[in-house]
Amino acid sequence: MEKKVGGVVLVLAALWFLVAMPSLNAFGTPGSFFHVSDFTLNLFGKFLAYAILALGLDLIWGYTGILSMGHGVFFGLGAYCMGMYLTLEIGGEGVYQSKLPDFMVWNRVKELPLFWKPFHSFFFTTLAVAVVPGLLAAVFGFLAFRTRVRGVYFAIITQALALSAWLVFNRNEINLGGTNGLTNFKKILGFTLTEASTQRGLYVVTALALCGAYLLCRWIVKSRAGKILLAIRDAENRVLYSGYTPANYKVFVFTVSAMLAGVAGALYVPQVGIITPGRIGVLPSIEMVIWVAVGGRGSLIGAVIGAVGVNWARSYLTSSYPDYWLYFLGGIFILVVQFFPDGILGVARDAPRKLEKWIRRTTRPAAGDEAFAPVRSEG
Amino acid sequence: MTLTSKSILYMEDVFVVFDGFKALNALNFSMDRGELRCVIGPNGAGKTTLLDVVTGKVKPDSGRVVFKEKTNLARMRQEEISNAGIGRKFQTPTIYENLTVRDNLELSVKQDKKVTSLLFGGATPEAQERVEETLDVIGLASKSNWRAGLLAHGEKQWLEIGMVVVQDPDLLLVDEPVAGMTEGETEKTAALLRRIAEHRSVLVIEHDMKFVREIAERVTVLHEGAVICEGSIDHVHKDERVVELYLGRGSEEHA
Repeated sequence: MEKKVGGVVLVLAALWFLVAMPSLNAFGTPGSFFHVSDFTLNLFGKFLAYAILALGLDLIWGYTGILSMGHGVFFGLGAYCMGMYLTLEIGGEGVYQSKLPDFMVWNRVKELPLFWKPFHSFFFTTLAVAVVPGLLAAVFGFLAFRTRVRGVYFAIITQALALSAWLVFNRNEINLGGTNGLTNFKKILGFTLTEASTQRGLYVVTALALCGAYLLCRWIVKSRAGKILLAIRDAENRVLYSGYTPANYKVFVFTVSAMLAGVAGALYVPQVGIITPGRIGVLPSIEMVIWVAVGGRGSLIGAVIGAVGVNWARSYLTSSYPDYWLYFLGGIFILVVQFFPDGILGVARDAPRKLEKWIRRTTRPAAGDEAFAPVRSEG
Repeated sequence: MTLTSKSILYMEDVFVVFDGFKALNALNFSMDRGELRCVIGPNGAGKTTLLDVVTGKVKPDSGRVVFKEKTNLARMRQEEISNAGIGRKFQTPTIYENLTVRDNLELSVKQDKKVTSLLFGGATPEAQERVEETLDVIGLASKSNWRAGLLAHGEKQWLEIGMVVVQDPDLLLVDEPVAGMTEGETEKTAALLRRIAEHRSVLVIEHDMKFVREIAERVTVLHEGAVICEGSIDHVHKDERVVELYLGRGSEEHA
């Protein structure tokens, strides 16, 4: 019964984000209650991209028990891959009217670096946004998990990865725009990015990608391999002594997780219009962890709720009370860790039971418990 | 002591040294196929280290560790050793608390354990049959759909024993199975281990002398990383060194 209700809510939510929001944006009368503004739609497009990343992070952290504090890197790699394609799409319409990206002209680079060239192809780009972060995760994961790096040590080295990636992407020498990153995009597949219809299209693609990512993650966690992930989280030694190689499962899930983060980054860039090293480092990576913690780790829906919820709160609070956002984020994280270890979803799940308990307690007659005696007299 | 075709486990001159401390000191130990052996000894005698060496968790500094007369365990990884046919039951219940009892067993069945096989395939009918069989043996058939974390302590221990059994090992290592169990649970565990030992070799480490008396055919006494006595429980109890070194005063009460 409970599961059925959950399923219905889920389908309704999917329809709302996938169909209703873009329709209300396209056909609603501006200003009316039934209108979603371009700004709001764009904002949610970004949130839904984040949600894709949160799903992957939940796979590795919530289900497998491995905390990664370096997912900003995978997000960034996907974003930069897409950013390179979008930069090349600018063509000769940049400030310097050059075939080369503006920042290369500025840095006196004479020729397009070799690694940029394949990104002329949109098809190659769509593959690269997942494969590049996936490869890094596979190699990094292989080295770490084979040598049995786990727990807090793994968290620390992923954080080191985030820091070093941030340092590298800040350098001008690597020809990715340095501190300024990649921006001033004009077109994607020939569609002008500033057009409302293009943004609406990107939103729909993002919403579809989120549905796909959700179904993929759901399939993984429901499979027997998914049960092994939980088993690794709960009793890794038992898994090892049952003849499994936990490292292989960890590399697998870490790679899938990184690929989802890369896809999220690629969907983020054309909607936000810029990618800088600032989205890669330690701080954004930790924020991503907070989304999952707040939503409820170990639950795919929780991860989505956390990513959308926290970022929604962020966009509201940073405009209304810009000084307090970080206090709020820190506060909510402590609150969740301390009192709601299963996040928002955990609270929602337990609420009916707790409410019932509370009602029973408060409605009990003050004069003794005799009114409830039947339970005893029956026996 | 020689390596024969009857040997399931043969250890010769095994040294394990931790920071100068000899956890195993020229240990010689051998066990035949089909045996139910108990290893006893005071704390720090090297009992758990012995299991660690056999399962590959600890690599011996020197010496031979041979399984089934030709497999050299000293060079194998833990999961390779498991797949070669050695199962280990840990001292504290180590089960998958958030999975059902049935899933706990099903994942432990001897099967292809690659990521892709588990991602795309379901459990084979044979595997499911083995699971149902084992559920009966460990007495948890009626709780097969329970979340394993909800089981009582004793039931968790039986579940883990079941998980090791469905692996179909030739040699089963069991580390203090009855610690923290009630008397009734202890008796059930003894019966369970005897039943398992009908078809495979079992090595049990235990402190509880009453339990040892109940199940053991042969007992090996370890002290300071070496075997000091071996034989039937009565033989061991009569050995002066054992009485002096390990059982000490009051041993009669325990016996």
